Amino acid sequence: MLKVQNLKKYFGGVKAVNDCNFEVQEKTITALIGPNGSGKTTVFNLISGILKTDDGKIIFDNKDITNLSPETISNIGISRLFQQSRLFNNLTVKENLLLAFDNEDTKFWKNFLGKNKITKEKLEKVREILKEIEMDGFLNKLARDLSYGQKRLIELARTILNPHKLLILDEPLAGVNPKLRKIIEKILLRLKKSGETILLIEHDMDFSFRVSDKIIVMDEGRVIAEGEPKEIKNNPKVLEAYLGD
Amino acid sequence: MISAYLIHLLILIGIYFILAISLQLAVGFGGLLNLGHIAFYAIGAYISALLSLAGLPWWICFLLAGIGAMLFGFLLSLPTNKLKGDYLALATMGFTFVVYSAALNWTSLTRGPLGLPGIPKPSFHIPFINYNLSLTSNLSFFMLVFFISLLTYLFIIRIIKSSFGRVLEATRDDELATRVLGKNTFKIKTYALGISAFFAGVAGSLYAHYITFIDPSSFTLMQIIPVLSIVIIGGLASIRGTFIATIILILLPELLRFIGFPSSIIGPARQMLYALILLLILIYKPKGFYGKVELE
Repeated sequence: MLKVQNLKKYFGGVKAVNDCNFEVQEKTITALIGPNGSGKTTVFNLISGILKTDDGKIIFDNKDITNLSPETISNIGISRLFQQSRLFNNLTVKENLLLAFDNEDTKFWKNFLGKNKITKEKLEKVREILKEIEMDGFLNKLARDLSYGQKRLIELARTILNPHKLLILDEPLAGVNPKLRKIIEKILLRLKKSGETILLIEHDMDFSFRVSDKIIVMDEGRVIAEGEPKEIKNNPKVLEAYLGD
Repeated sequence: MISAYLIHLLILIGIYFILAISLQLAVGFGGLLNLGHIAFYAIGAYISALLSLAGLPWWICFLLAGIGAMLFGFLLSLPTNKLKGDYLALATMGFTFVVYSAALNWTSLTRGPLGLPGIPKPSFHIPFINYNLSLTSNLSFFMLVFFISLLTYLFIIRIIKSSFGRVLEATRDDELATRVLGKNTFKIKTYALGISAFFAGVAGSLYAHYITFIDPSSFTLMQIIPVLSIVIIGGLASIRGTFIATIILILLPELLRFIGFPSSIIGPARQMLYALILLLILIYKPKGFYGKVELE
């Protein structure tokens, strides 16, 4: 579904992504792991169009999406969760989630003339997902007033509600407590069951090995190993990258 | 005598309310720190003045003032699309200088520092009964300003209550996150700036036809200070705050007249008063009277 081919991104002399190749299969969970600074988030930024590539190609659904704008890539079907919280702080939880559904809200006259009402279906979906993340009571709370973990959950919900074929999640578990981790894990497994495709970055090894069908290990901007979790666990190259020699 | 003075103040409140509420749309709701608002005001004033001096009916001049300013708003959003915060403020400030210089130096069009005198008061030709309604008295002009302020208010309220208002606020809070949700933020910001400019142009037209004389000195960068003060003191993204702050900031300096200061001091004293109010607000109520929004 997603193919990354010979991807390169240099920041001055730093080769953040250096000839990176991998593939994500449909209806699977793939985890991208690797030490800090190995280029994982940069790869995500290249996939979602936030950074421009220096070389290489990104193919999604047999279409070349290299260097398209973030909004185009989102509309083609890649929905992204950021590593740090990027909620709209002065809007409520409900408003944050309603923004995800479609882009009708950017049409000025349609909205001005009152032809873009918030439908019951949308509100129902918002309620459903809030229930799933166990935050039913937070519908009208300002995003600014949420705790860190709650922000992460709402952001995950927003990423899921954004129409997509592929979810790319940058450290969905970072900084959240064990109870919320369980909720997030449950949601990811539920999504996989319903046939969704997910690519995620995660430092929590236990979690990555438990939920993923495939692990991709990056180091110094390139893929050094990939395969099923049990193959990766015993791969000497991986142990070296993580633990040093 | 006193009532004439009061009506004059009410007209000023109306014009400044239109200016401030439209700037509020860009700054408070769109997060676009636009210091070029006075340039749109100037463009509106000059378009309206020149066209009506050329003999066009008032209402056409009035509409074209808004539309002309809006086109410049769209134009300004092209190069400034990628700029944020201070950088956007600087670029739009530059735009004010450009428009001011054009008004000052394009003498064949604007007569430069001599200004444009004799701008006619608004008048309507009412068909069927073949009657010319001319708004020569200040009271009738006030009614016009009141009506247009009300329309502006309703228009902007309508925008910010709609889903477009939400996506505009989302762009203000986090533009990249808005783009990653698939929204074309360039389009959103262009609309916001264009509409904001439209109403600034409209306010400029009202000003030109009220005072009946304009020259470049009415459109210097300094003129943004009272308008921006209204927006900040009232509170970002608060329409109620903008309304109350407009009244306070127009009326408060008028008190200086009654203290008995000579007129040469009133001008600078007014600026000092604005600065003082702004400082006090920023120290004791950093979000303004009714501001809900915190900008990062």
